[in-house]
Amino acid sequence: MLAFVLCGLVYVFVTADVQETNQVKDAEGQTHAVEEERQWEATEVETNLSLTDTPSDNEADHVQTCDRPPPPPAKDEIQEAAEEVRRDSLETNIVDVPSDKVDHVSDTKKTLDDPPPPPEKDRFQEELVIRPLHSGDTYASFQFRTLWDTDFFRGNKVLYYQLFPKSLGQVISKFSVSELHISFTQGYWRTMQWGQPFLPSPPGAELWEWCQDTVTDVDIAWKELTNVLSGIVCASLNFIDSTNTVQPSASFKPLGVGNGNAFSANAVLPREIVCTENLTPWKKLLPCGAKTGLAVLMNSEKVFHSSFYSQALHITPVCQDWQCKSTAWELKRTLNVVFDLHSSGQGKREWSLFKMFSRTLTEACPLRHCGEQFELSPATPLLSQAVVLGDRRTYSVYDLTNQATFGQMPAESGDMLRPLLHGERYVAGYGLPTGEIHTLVYNHHTYRAFPVLLLDTVPWYLRLYIHTLTTPAIYIHYQPSKDRLQPHLLEMLVQLPPNSVTEVTVQFERALLKWTEYTPDPNHGFYVGPLLAVPSVVAMDTNSTQERPLFSSFFPCKEESSYFMRVYTEPLLVNLPTPDFSMPYNVICLTCTVMAVGYGSLYNLLTHTFQVEEPGLRCVPLL
Amino acid sequence: MAAPLTLLLIVAVTIRAVLFRSSLAELIPERVEVVSPLNAWKRVVEGLALLDLGVSPYAGDVFHETPLIIYFFHFVSDYAEIVFMVMTRLVGCVFLLQFRKQKYALEAERYPLDCLELIRTPKEMYYIPLKVAMFYLLNPFTILSCVAKSTCGLNNAVIALFILCTVKGSSLMSAIFLALATYQSIYPLTLFAPALLYLLQRLYIPVNWQRSSFWLFTTQYTFMYLGSLCVMVCLSFFLLSSWDFLSSVYGFILSVPDLTPNIGLFWYFFAEMFEHFRLFFICVFQINVFFYTIPLSIKLKEHPIFLIFMQIAIISIFKSYPTVGDIALYMAFLPAWNHLYRFLRNIFLVSVVLLACSTLFPVLWHLWIYAGSANSNFYYAITLLFNVAQILLVSDYFYAYLRREHHLTHGLYLKRKDGSEATLVLK
Repeated sequence: MLAFVLCGLVYVFVTADVQETNQVKDAEGQTHAVEEERQWEATEVETNLSLTDTPSDNEADHVQTCDRPPPPPAKDEIQEAAEEVRRDSLETNIVDVPSDKVDHVSDTKKTLDDPPPPPEKDRFQEELVIRPLHSGDTYASFQFRTLWDTDFFRGNKVLYYQLFPKSLGQVISKFSVSELHISFTQGYWRTMQWGQPFLPSPPGAELWEWCQDTVTDVDIAWKELTNVLSGIVCASLNFIDSTNTVQPSASFKPLGVGNGNAFSANAVLPREIVCTENLTPWKKLLPCGAKTGLAVLMNSEKVFHSSFYSQALHITPVCQDWQCKSTAWELKRTLNVVFDLHSSGQGKREWSLFKMFSRTLTEACPLRHCGEQFELSPATPLLSQAVVLGDRRTYSVYDLTNQATFGQMPAESGDMLRPLLHGERYVAGYGLPTGEIHTLVYNHHTYRAFPVLLLDTVPWYLRLYIHTLTTPAIYIHYQPSKDRLQPHLLEMLVQLPPNSVTEVTVQFERALLKWTEYTPDPNHGFYVGPLLAVPSVVAMDTNSTQERPLFSSFFPCKEESSYFMRVYTEPLLVNLPTPDFSMPYNVICLTCTVMAVGYGSLYNLLTHTFQVEEPGLRCVPLL
Repeated sequence: MAAPLTLLLIVAVTIRAVLFRSSLAELIPERVEVVSPLNAWKRVVEGLALLDLGVSPYAGDVFHETPLIIYFFHFVSDYAEIVFMVMTRLVGCVFLLQFRKQKYALEAERYPLDCLELIRTPKEMYYIPLKVAMFYLLNPFTILSCVAKSTCGLNNAVIALFILCTVKGSSLMSAIFLALATYQSIYPLTLFAPALLYLLQRLYIPVNWQRSSFWLFTTQYTFMYLGSLCVMVCLSFFLLSSWDFLSSVYGFILSVPDLTPNIGLFWYFFAEMFEHFRLFFICVFQINVFFYTIPLSIKLKEHPIFLIFMQIAIISIFKSYPTVGDIALYMAFLPAWNHLYRFLRNIFLVSVVLLACSTLFPVLWHLWIYAGSANSNFYYAITLLFNVAQILLVSDYFYAYLRREHHLTHGLYLKRKDGSEATLVLK
């Protein structure tokens, strides 16, 4: 079992589901006529969800649901899988399953093996998972998923965009992108304190693309793509060039079901600073914008006042059915924030949406069908319904005399389950000429060894000496750097024994750069991207037909199941020797003077001959 | 002669062996004064490691040795210490041999009678080869370079063998070694002119454009040189089956992309250069190294050995990645010119500056890189001073040589027309 162990963790997630059925009328060449089936069921979302140490607060939690829908089948599976580890946990899950949707889901379940269900053209789901962390911080993970059954690469242009952002659709079709992942992260995910993140991302910006084999000039396409994307997400992705782009041979596998993936490129900008200007265009990519739905909570003032912030955008082709006969485009937008409520809240382990975001969920995305389902864990069999002011409310009733009701709070539950894999990295040595990069990869599994692919991208100005590499690697792929052209790329396949620390060290030499190549604050140092460890046994589950909470796709349901996992170490900050930036003119003048001294003295001796000085015959120069 | 030489060799080997075994053996190869990106042993090992990994050593920008060197060290890398010691001893012995030859050339000439004191006595001449060998083998610069296992020692050995073959009059071997030196680092190309002049002089062929014998020999020597160079380059190509090494070795030498500090003039200048002037100044600085060949060959066409010294000195001062090993090579010639000592104008000043700079290099490097209390300008200032001192040294020797030649033809004690004692001026 991986880090998806909810033991001792309180868990809340909120989903809103939007389903849109587009029917295509083919008459007279008209492409689309949309018949939207939108039903609106007014619900009020109770937003002041709070969960505290004090049991009496549990009663104060009144959670609203519209109907009492049966839990989705896929959800059951998860619960089964996770049952053993949830035993002591107190969970509150809020799942939105629309009433008509429930029928549909059960339909899907029934007819899964026989004829595939009529595919929906366009679907939108949103979800928020709130998870108090072991350290006392609170982790909020938004996920917005758009599924679209369309083909960007067929001859006719895609003209009509419903829920899929048009700007991204155009990027996909223009650059023949088969997979695209962008993440912007501020802060470092403390794996040892917070556990495994839902979706790991390196500090700074990361761009990772697979493109179709129809692309003729990948370098130019990549250059244009980065520039276009830097405009769309309002970030300095245009700084991505050949010096920080690598094409890993083994470490990156397509997450989707892409076929014909010819070329992959990966670039990390560890220096990129993520701020409001990145969030605003990101929110614009949502169908409802930031006006309604969960995106309302993304108050940049609060979201950036956090220990960790990460926003990401993933475009992958996914299977639509079990047979994977047809694929659909999945656009996943995630936003993960870790709030340091523990210290700001006087040490109390309590949280609410308002405390975290200074906002409450007032209105749902207007395209949705129904309200939310809030799930509380441990679930209580007692539900009482009451009509308050014409509004039907459902209350969960807890028996406070039962000790199991309170569950165990994380603080009392002892050790947090340690993440299985974990990496650390630092620079050793003193002075500026040379240094040594130490990377430690921990495997905390008690009996299982993992083969892990380590991907290290080091910029060219740290000249690695591969003969000093000490690694237990089974396989090494090394692509040396070219000055000002390409970075070092080091891929290693390492077998991590159970319960072990694996150390990889390599020495490097710091280059002196041209004065124009330094960053504006050269003595701050240069960032080196993190080492990436990819357990080679796991792969992303590309099947999206299962109805289950969105975040569960990041975690394995069973030991053997495939899931996506990456482990990033810290980025490095390395100082380089600097020239004096204030005196280029002086240096040019002085060096040229020395050259002139050399030239002049030799010229003097070469062109003149020795003569006896005659006082009378002294030539007076004209000038 | 044999006994002092044996003693000298034993002393030289002992010093190196002791240093190889001491803790300094790890410190010295890191010194930027001793190794440059071109000849660092660490980079040779890196190239071998890349070769073992199945990556072309020239795929990256760390290895800049020629393919023949990497295959040479592929076989002898375990015995690298011995190789470097042998190379250094070889250079010493070679110098020993070549100057024994040269003394006859000097004696054969006839000079005015009053210049007798300018001509070295056979006794003085007898010890010159030993002094040269001593100057090379016991020079701290050579010792440092050898202990750092800088491949500069190999290049020096090749150049020394070239000089030996030239002095012995073997035009084929001379051409082959010159081609090898050129192949290693482009700059020895400028030694073509003095070698040709010396061989012509030895064969009593006057440098005369109308003579067919002059053209015949020139063409012959050029063909031998270019042919062997061609063979070496093609051999490198067949060893690696790619032309990558051309840009990685010669492109690297000429375009100076690596700005690692060294004792030369290039690194800080091009670190601080404005980007749009960069190409222009690279051209100017590189042409500067090759340019002196023509005027010097014309001026010193009667004295090719001194021309070789001048060329080697100019290369080691103005080359793009100089190290102290290069300086040691031309400094080894200095005892051969001890008869010029009376005409040197500022040898004391220059020696003091060179000594002071040599000690200040590590000090200011430490202050800049480790202590952080000085910046790059301090180290740069010392490189400037060091180069000015070298330039003054070389031009001083050039001046002294020209002046001695003048005195040899016009007499030592020149008189003005009115009979008073005259002073010589350059006009």
